[in-house]
Amino acid sequence: MPLRQYQPTTTMIKILKYSFYDLMRSRWSYVYFLFYLLLGFVLLFLNNELSKAVITLMNVIIVLVPLIGTIFGVMYYYNSKEFTELLLAQPIKRSSIFLGQYFGVAGSLTVSLVLGLGIPFTLYGLFQSNAIWDFSLLLLTGAFLTLIFTAVAFNIALANENKIKGFGYAVLAWLFLAVIYDGLFLMSLIVFEEYPLDNLSLIATMFNPIDLSRTLILLKLDISALLGYTGAIFKQFFGTNLGLLMSIFMLFLWTVIPVWRLGYVAKRKDF
Amino acid sequence: MGRITVLFCFLLCLVGNHLWAGTITVCGSCEVKTIKQGIAVAADFDTLLIKKGTYKEFNIQVTKPLTIIGENYPVIDGEDNGEIITVVSNNVTIDGLFIINVGTSYTADYAAIRVVQSENFLIQNVVLEKLFFGIYLEKSKNGRVYHNKIIGDAVDEYNSGNGIQLWYSQNIVVERNIVQHVRDGIYLEFSDNITIENNISSDNLRYGLHFMFSNDDIYKDNTFENNGAGVAVMFSKRIKMLGNTFKKNWGTTSFGVLLKEINDAEITGNTFEENTVGISIEGSNRINYSKNNFIKNGWAIKVRGACYSNTFNHNNFMYNSFDLAYNSNLNDNIFEENYWSDYTGYDLDRNGTGDIPYRPVKLFSYIVNRTPETIILLRSLFMDIIDFSEKVSPVFTPDELVDAKPLMKKIK
Repeated sequence: MPLRQYQPTTTMIKILKYSFYDLMRSRWSYVYFLFYLLLGFVLLFLNNELSKAVITLMNVIIVLVPLIGTIFGVMYYYNSKEFTELLLAQPIKRSSIFLGQYFGVAGSLTVSLVLGLGIPFTLYGLFQSNAIWDFSLLLLTGAFLTLIFTAVAFNIALANENKIKGFGYAVLAWLFLAVIYDGLFLMSLIVFEEYPLDNLSLIATMFNPIDLSRTLILLKLDISALLGYTGAIFKQFFGTNLGLLMSIFMLFLWTVIPVWRLGYVAKRKDF
Repeated sequence: MGRITVLFCFLLCLVGNHLWAGTITVCGSCEVKTIKQGIAVAADFDTLLIKKGTYKEFNIQVTKPLTIIGENYPVIDGEDNGEIITVVSNNVTIDGLFIINVGTSYTADYAAIRVVQSENFLIQNVVLEKLFFGIYLEKSKNGRVYHNKIIGDAVDEYNSGNGIQLWYSQNIVVERNIVQHVRDGIYLEFSDNITIENNISSDNLRYGLHFMFSNDDIYKDNTFENNGAGVAVMFSKRIKMLGNTFKKNWGTTSFGVLLKEINDAEITGNTFEENTVGISIEGSNRINYSKNNFIKNGWAIKVRGACYSNTFNHNNFMYNSFDLAYNSNLNDNIFEENYWSDYTGYDLDRNGTGDIPYRPVKLFSYIVNRTPETIILLRSLFMDIIDFSEKVSPVFTPDELVDAKPLMKKIK
């Protein structure tokens, strides 16, 4: 058999495809998809109003999507460990193996999310409604959060051989970003209330993807409260497209850095 | 009723007068070339018909009962010299003029049309542009300001004037006017028994309506939109606000309505939509708030203290970031049978009201009152958790502040 030229990109895509179809076969993707489908229909049935449903959906997305991304990521990594070791024995680039698996998981989760929520909302006349931009933003941040938290989960799993420990850390990471961070944030705002806090709170928001996504969606929904009460800096930042672009750029950084670290660590790790 | 009768008689008089009064035509090529000249030659109760054209005049004193009618909107250009028309006589009608370039002064309130100590006047179909003060009614009675359009170009508060200003005036109807881009759209001070109806006041620098020391006034079906600070109603008694719309008043110190020292008022059927604060209440007593819609405001109602015996019933509170902020004792204010879109209770006995009471004040709203920047944590999971725990066992928020009978369906 003639030696074929080794092509890292195609191998990565092969592994990505494999992981993707593997998840599809394992039914979890369907469960996830059906969950969102049901959620979408129930919300619309109960609210009967698109814009109200978008608000409720936001609460779900900024809490559940990161959690599911984290748990799925960790679970998938540990479950496919034997397969990974098998692949490692082959002449394949390490980053292709891990990035392939990562994109397989994150991709299937994102597809489930987008389709699961997209179908009911489309059926209820999203395209005729002016909630479409809010909704697209919601799906966009949902997709980003999936990518970010799956990457974080992969990083944690890669660093921990022990499954229980890895799982624990991953859930803790989610808990920290979803709840504890805001608690600390609030405390510091109250403790330092004598000082100008506009910049501090902007920066603190940027450093947490969940807060960032929440603020991004809030800008569309609760603008009257946000614009009204806070200082000039908030107004300047959130009132313009610059705020939106900056936020999306930060979410992008939040995705790229863990993914890059995943490839970097995987290359050097001794298995 | 009395006021309407008076007005009717007054109109009848006008019609009657026409039967014998003469008409003087003013135009560039006529015998009478200026409005001032026209007024000088006119007899009482004559009609001054002003043809289309541009009249560069200011300080026009209307000293006798006249009807001044513009044909096809003649332009009166004050060339920024000062006041343009001053009415000092009873029974004057001004109709269909286009007045521009009122002088700006830091010592005198120059107006496009000023009515001084006169009765039975009618100002209608007038268009004002590039003005300082628009229509200024001073110690006048029994008049009507109807269907005028006032478009200012105010940039700073200190060198701009008000659209329609009433000072020590009584029994006046201000109806169907459009006021934009001035300092205060409609301004009332020491004016009683005024009816303000169907006006649209928008994009003004400061207040859409500014109201002080004026009692027994009604304002009805007006729209106040996108004004710098919304509407302020202060130090007045027995006011009726019915069916008005307050929209999009955004900003740190912006309100749909600011009520300060208002007693015995009735606020019914108004809509407050997308304001930073729907109603801000301070030192106001015995007010009935009913059938109002509070939609998508930052705060629907903010109660600042020293408020007694107010009742809030049959209002709709929908999708506000906060329904209520309260930084004092509940006192004897009552919230009952309102519809709250945030209410999560149930109605097992199917009597239309929820079985568990609704608490409109959230802990978060209390925190934001203290440290405004915390607003950035709006709708975060952490806040939901502490709000929930506060709801279960109130510690910071007044625990008697409840709507014991929250409605299950919104009021149509």
